[in-house]
Amino acid sequence: MLQVTDAVVRYGAITALHGISFNVDQGEIVTLLGANGAGKTTTLRMLSGLHAPSSGSINFEGQDVTKTKAHDFTTLGISHVPEGRRIFPSMSVEENLEMGAFNRKGSFSDDMERMYVTFPILKDRRKQLGGNLSGGEQQMLAIARALMSQPRLLLLDEPSMGLAPMIVETIFRIIGEIRDSGTTVFVVEQNASTALHLADRGYVMENGRIVFGDTAQNLLHDERVRAVYLGESVEGA
Amino acid sequence: MKSILTHQLFRRFITAAAVLAVVAVMTGPAGSTEAPTAGFTGSFSERSSFFGFFETVRWVPFLFLALVFFGVWTLWLSRGAQIKSGVSQVMQVPRAATQRRPVRWGIGVVLLFVALILPHVINDPFWQAAMVEQIAVYVLLAIGLNVVVGFAGLLDLGFVAFYAIGAYVTAWVTGALPTPPLFGIHMDPFFAIPIAIVIVMVAGIVLGVPTLRLRGDYLAIVTLGFGEIITIFANNLYGITGGSQGTSLIPHFSLHIGPIKYVWGLAPVPYYYLTLVFVVIFLLAFSLLEHSRVGRAWTAIREDEVAAESVGINPLKYKVMAFAIGASTAGFAGVVTASQSNNIFPSSFSLAFSINILVLVIFGGMGSIFGVVLGALLIQTGSMYLLHSPPAGYQSSDLYIYLGALLVVMMIFRPAGLVPSRRRRREIVLSEAGEGHMNEVLTGDQP
Ligand SMILES: Nc1ncnc2c1ncn2[C@@H]1O[C@H](COP(=O)(O)OP(=O)(O)OP(=O)(O)O)[C@@H](O)[C@H]1O
Ligand SMILES: [Mg+2]
Repeated sequence: MLQVTDAVVRYGAITALHGISFNVDQGEIVTLLGANGAGKTTTLRMLSGLHAPSSGSINFEGQDVTKTKAHDFTTLGISHVPEGRRIFPSMSVEENLEMGAFNRKGSFSDDMERMYVTFPILKDRRKQLGGNLSGGEQQMLAIARALMSQPRLLLLDEPSMGLAPMIVETIFRIIGEIRDSGTTVFVVEQNASTALHLADRGYVMENGRIVFGDTAQNLLHDERVRAVYLGESVEGA
Repeated sequence: MKSILTHQLFRRFITAAAVLAVVAVMTGPAGSTEAPTAGFTGSFSERSSFFGFFETVRWVPFLFLALVFFGVWTLWLSRGAQIKSGVSQVMQVPRAATQRRPVRWGIGVVLLFVALILPHVINDPFWQAAMVEQIAVYVLLAIGLNVVVGFAGLLDLGFVAFYAIGAYVTAWVTGALPTPPLFGIHMDPFFAIPIAIVIVMVAGIVLGVPTLRLRGDYLAIVTLGFGEIITIFANNLYGITGGSQGTSLIPHFSLHIGPIKYVWGLAPVPYYYLTLVFVVIFLLAFSLLEHSRVGRAWTAIREDEVAAESVGINPLKYKVMAFAIGASTAGFAGVVTASQSNNIFPSSFSLAFSINILVLVIFGGMGSIFGVVLGALLIQTGSMYLLHSPPAGYQSSDLYIYLGALLVVMMIFRPAGLVPSRRRRREIVLSEAGEGHMNEVLTGDQP
């Protein structure tokens, strides 16, 4: 479904991604793990057109999208939940969801209702301003807003950031449901354990390079992953 | 000691005294080269009347005014007007917003009625002329700039450029410039209206496409430059624009439809009604626009450009639209001014003009059409009043000191303007609470 080949991303003189390659297949949840500054957000910004790669290519459903502009991605079928949630603070929950459907033609009220079923808390808060929601509610709103464009691929940047474990659990359960309803998910995380328990496959990124990738099961038992990301001390390492 | 100095009431009193001290100096006597400080000391020590009651030195009435100001501030202004204490009220979203609309419409209809009968009530030729040249035209300009600054959140310091283009296009199509007019026909200014509007909108697009990728201060600087460039072009392209002399050959509007024949002459009232028609058209169009898909896209871009892109909004496209749509009122205003006064000079299209319009928008309430109209009416009427019956010692160049002082006071008490747009108020409150990504746009940081 999504194929990234040798992508290099630079911020001026700094090279943030040194030629990364990976792929995401239809119906999967794929996670990208890495420490702070590894280049996870940069990868997602590249995948959603916010920062074009200086070389390499991105292919989505057989179409080259390397040079596609950020605002055209929702119509392609890719929707991005940016780092830090970035909901519209002065708009109500309802208005935020409407913005998510900006490029859709026709009525989207059933989708709105569907979001309220998936995220019941948003229904209770529908008239409340986005800026006044709690962190967890904002994250749910950001995901719901992204889903309003009916994406086939959903990109999530650290949905667990700054949230209590219970909320993280809820959010990851919902991410599972999103996949089950047919949307492929690519999720960037630092919270490796939660992400790997849900994901089908995972990649590990260090200093702008993908150092290895495997099925989530194998990664959960991989010593390098356990040592660095799951916080377990491994003898001799 | 420390507790007195930091006490809120003490700080308030010092602020009030400082404000009135500035007013005292502003309204005081002028200095001279022989005695450079005389203006300053005289502002406080000169003898003057205490509101007509008795004779005293000047600082006494000003101290009195400072005390009044302090009292009003403490007892009234600090309650409701400060934006922070209005948080809970601002945050109750939808009910109040829909409730207010009929009230606004009601006030709008009353204002329109007043506007319609006004020329019959006011006979003073000064005010009749001012109503067109200085009030109606400025209302138009303010609602146009409001689209750019208030709706789309783009700081445009060169709005005068579009006004100048509108005026010069009028001179051009009517054959008043050294350049031959379009198709060699000397057209009636009526035809200049659509032509000028189209040309300023194109100018908005031409200026917008390369520059609107810039954020915050950078955009302000570029637009500032554009305003200056247009004036300098007008001034220096002697063979095309008539140079610094401008032109004084622009005809009045005239209407010839079959048996109907009407010429707008030197009298300002017919121009007033013509302008009023366009004010109403622009007002209706812009209020529809505000609540349309385009309006929502502007809000989204203003609040968080990255989020706007991620939901599929093309920021550049909507910013350019704001630029072009906002410019359209300036184009029309240029036509009216040119045709009414018959003449245009490059020197009238100055930076101060752009700033003046911006002050109307900020004072009225960025993003609130109703507020901006009210702001333009109040400030322009006020400044015309100062021109018409100046208080002792007032010179017309003092106007900008007063406008500046007014803005400072506004920023303290009503930072979102006289009639704040609900959304703007929410944005200010929320960004003070650290929500949202507005600051990136303001500081020009790339996310
Ligand atoms: N706008 C920018 N300009 C310059 N360098 C940047 C910029 N954004 C990111 N970088 C650099 O690129 C590298 C990767 O950053 P990125 O934000 O992708 O990391 P991340 O993996 O998402 O980290 P975190 O887990 O902290 O969010 C870092 O070294 C960072 O300093
Ligand atoms: Mg990141």
